[in-house]
Amino acid sequence: MSKKVLVLGEVREGVIRNVSYESIAAAKQIADGGEIVGLLLGDSVSSLAPNLIAYGADRVVTVEHPHLKSYTSDGYSQAILAVYEKEKPEAIVIGHTSLGKDLSPKISSRLKSGLVSDVTEIEGSGDSALFIRPIYSGKAFEKVKVKEGIVFITIRPNNIAPLEKDASRSGSVESPAVEITNLRTIIKEVIRKTTEGVDLSEAKVVVAGGRGVKSEEGFEPLKELANLLGGAVGASRGACDADYCDYSLQIGQTGKVVTPDLYIAAGISGAIQHLAGMSNSKVIVAINKDPEANIFKVADYGIVGDLFEVIPLMIEEIKALKVGS
Amino acid sequence: MNIYVLVKRTFDTEEKIVISGGKIQEDGAEFIINPYDEYAIEEAIQVRDAKGGKVTVVTIGGEDAEKQLRTALAMGADEAVLINTEDDLDELDQTTAAYILAEYLKDKEADLILAGNVAIDGGTGQIGPRVADLLNINYVTTITDLEINGTDVKIVRDIEGDSEVIETKLPLLVTAQQGLNEPRYPSLPGIMKAKKKPLAELELDDLDIDEDDIELKIETVEVYLPKQKNAGRILAGDVKDQVKELIQLLHSEAKVI
Repeated sequence: MSKKVLVLGEVREGVIRNVSYESIAAAKQIADGGEIVGLLLGDSVSSLAPNLIAYGADRVVTVEHPHLKSYTSDGYSQAILAVYEKEKPEAIVIGHTSLGKDLSPKISSRLKSGLVSDVTEIEGSGDSALFIRPIYSGKAFEKVKVKEGIVFITIRPNNIAPLEKDASRSGSVESPAVEITNLRTIIKEVIRKTTEGVDLSEAKVVVAGGRGVKSEEGFEPLKELANLLGGAVGASRGACDADYCDYSLQIGQTGKVVTPDLYIAAGISGAIQHLAGMSNSKVIVAINKDPEANIFKVADYGIVGDLFEVIPLMIEEIKALKVGS
Repeated sequence: MNIYVLVKRTFDTEEKIVISGGKIQEDGAEFIINPYDEYAIEEAIQVRDAKGGKVTVVTIGGEDAEKQLRTALAMGADEAVLINTEDDLDELDQTTAAYILAEYLKDKEADLILAGNVAIDGGTGQIGPRVADLLNINYVTTITDLEINGTDVKIVRDIEGDSEVIETKLPLLVTAQQGLNEPRYPSLPGIMKAKKKPLAELELDDLDIDEDDIELKIETVEVYLPKQKNAGRILAGDVKDQVKELIQLLHSEAKVI
């Protein structure tokens, strides 16, 4: 049976995040021919609606309210529940981002539904859809089905390919008025710590450093390489514990789990806890002085050598490649 | 301050996962307190030491989970509660676990509830926000700093690597992110004291929960291990040549740059 699916378009700094386009692709599979309704929340987001349609939404609902300028679970849940009541979708898809992780359990609790978090793959479609998600931080996977009620999932960024963009698609955009009151949380400020606005969880390229980076300054060449490739910098727990970088960069069983197209591990030995956070990356490059380092066991390409020699050479080569192409 | 901490017993992070008979093998595995819950316990102890009050750690599980509760008591928690579902339920999902915890907490008048932001086994991160919603109190997830003045609370939370500064009020549920604090190791006197601290065991009956009301929404149909990766290529030769080759491979073979 086909399903009507509601997809949240997450807006970050005025742009719809990739994971929301990936969510539309996931929604299509669940919908099995049913309608895809995109949802945008914010103080001024209507102009972004055509993007959701171009990536596969059939129509878009926007809720604009001053209280939705910054994300709060109270504000967003009131808006989404109001739209839910009107639209009565049979499935909901949200990105498994900071926002999605914070918001989705509350919505699910209100709807008395189950919630399948952090889905990386969908098998089948419609009523027979099965959802695959990593457990034990990627050391294993489970395949689950929704027994009853609304199919509510969050999807992990970078795992489900978005549909081809088609700017010629058209669809209606509605903007119902929704009352939003009683926010219990006030956002005072946001302190940006990430480099160049590339998000670790959504980055196509991650350059990660371990104890071998030796100092905070040692991360500079890694940052340069990451910027050059449009990627983000990550770290092992060892590097964070040694205070070379902030814990927000930590990748591993505690820390972030990432699945970029390219993961470059520099001076990382490859403890089982670190591998749990990155071993599902599509291509892994390891650079380590120790030929016996565990990281080489999961690497597609390895260089046994000093990262402070190898990384600057990589930067040089990539620059040359870019000039050449 | 009346403080509660939700904890979970999980596999040690060092453990390899072995599957047999379609289930993850637990025999012989080492178990620990979920690492994110340790931050929550540590923060609870620090808040109590600064403001006074009592810290109660709560878990759902079987008798085996007593060990992790004793560890929390040895760190400095005052009391522990095990909600033992071993005889009543085969399985829990996030909906049912949150329901049971909320039923336990609903008349406790907690000022502050702490939990880890995610458990490293199931990895859903749903329990904290679900419990808060069922109790109809506010919640803030992935916090890295907590400051309490009267009922005013100032929090820093991690949002994808950036920090958000938030103001809210008690009662409140927060979930801990790493960087919040440095969890202490239980001291020897702490371990001795922990043996005498109260550890209550409750069953669903004690919470007036009928097991027929516990309905799973999600069903696991299969558990499996990731595909083993084939060993990669270690490049050889002069470092300059290796890097040249690597960039070529990434460009033309792997097509990732």
